Amino acid sequence: MSIEKQLEQLTGHLPPGISEGVALGTGLAEGYDFYDSPIGEVVVTFNPGGVSSLDIADGFAERHQPHLGRPLIRAEAPSAWARHIPEAIERGSPGELPVDLRTVTSFQERVLRTTATIPKGEVRPYGWVAREIASPRAVRAVGSAVARNPIPLIIPCHRVVRTDGHIGNYSLGGPHNKIELLEHEGARPSELEGLAARRVRVRGNSSTGVYCHPTCAAIRRSRDSNVVDFPSGTAAEEAGFRACKQCRPHI
Amino acid sequence: MDDLTDALAADLDATFPRVVEAMGRKLFWGLRRICGDHQEAEDLTQETFIRAYRALAGYESQRIVDMDLQPWLWTIAINLGRNHLRSRSRRPTYVAMTETGAEDPEPVDDAAWDRRMSVLNGHQRTAVVLRHVVGMGIGEIAEITGRPEGTVKADVHRGLAKLRHTIEEEL
Repeated sequence: MSIEKQLEQLTGHLPPGISEGVALGTGLAEGYDFYDSPIGEVVVTFNPGGVSSLDIADGFAERHQPHLGRPLIRAEAPSAWARHIPEAIERGSPGELPVDLRTVTSFQERVLRTTATIPKGEVRPYGWVAREIASPRAVRAVGSAVARNPIPLIIPCHRVVRTDGHIGNYSLGGPHNKIELLEHEGARPSELEGLAARRVRVRGNSSTGVYCHPTCAAIRRSRDSNVVDFPSGTAAEEAGFRACKQCRPHI
Repeated sequence: MDDLTDALAADLDATFPRVVEAMGRKLFWGLRRICGDHQEAEDLTQETFIRAYRALAGYESQRIVDMDLQPWLWTIAINLGRNHLRSRSRRPTYVAMTETGAEDPEPVDDAAWDRRMSVLNGHQRTAVVLRHVVGMGIGEIAEITGRPEGTVKADVHRGLAKLRHTIEEEL
């Protein structure tokens, strides 16, 4: 056989990973993979822009395939930030992990980015998020933005609680998961429910004269005998306390 | 080909997977024969298509309609390959967890061909592969590689002579 003929035969099939790799790399498909979390196995979807959603692994395919609009392919996350995914899940904030929030409105994005700043083990009421994004009257809208958080755990909407201090609802599998997560982070949810029942919204430290959200690290370090409870920030300020600069519990 | 560029201009996202299906096989195997490494060729093929998609997303539709896709893709691939060969054995950026597909009907002796191809210099190998494995014309290869047609013709000619000689010596 001539050398030219032999060369013509030096081809074969397209390796199977290539079409899918291209679909993932162009963002024409979303990749997904499974990860451990404090509330069990979760599934994370991603594209070149970052992580786009997180959901409970159980029954994921049935729930998500139709409404994402793009095909889903089981894949390794892009190597540039794959290692940040388990860290972000454990820490409960994106850190260096890019998140793709293209599916939400700019208002929702501001809500979610602010939510992501709540430290691990602490909680803030919806009203706090509304104030932080300079829309103090939009508490309800904040509530629905948080409820539609596409990337729970990594954007820690479990750290946003009702304005009356009760733990409230949770989109990722129900309120018991919110309690479990807060427990896992050391936020002591049963104590929080107790404070809410006693209508305590903020707590002051009588030796420093500073008042905080009940889960703020500053007030948690205080001696019990120094802690003074208030039904509102206003009440604390009337009693001569000033707002903590870390947790910003302004009225 | 015209149908494909028309469809691509009309709906890039819906049509692009068809471009991969239509062009991917020859692009991959051409690269596979030029670079001598399966993983590297997969990586280059993938990256070529991803860059092509990003470029197409910014093009006017008439420009896409008028395109000749195969040489255009090869221009991207050859440019990528120049930088790639310096950073060998990098993992592809996007790795789907798929089962490997069916075996090729008549498996060729890849190791033997890699050895034979390694006798050729880079220009000769590229020219021979594009001409006889991929099946492109001398004019197209000249445009893709940015070398004069006469030089490409000579590269193909000398490359084939070297391959013949190498195969004879194996016997």
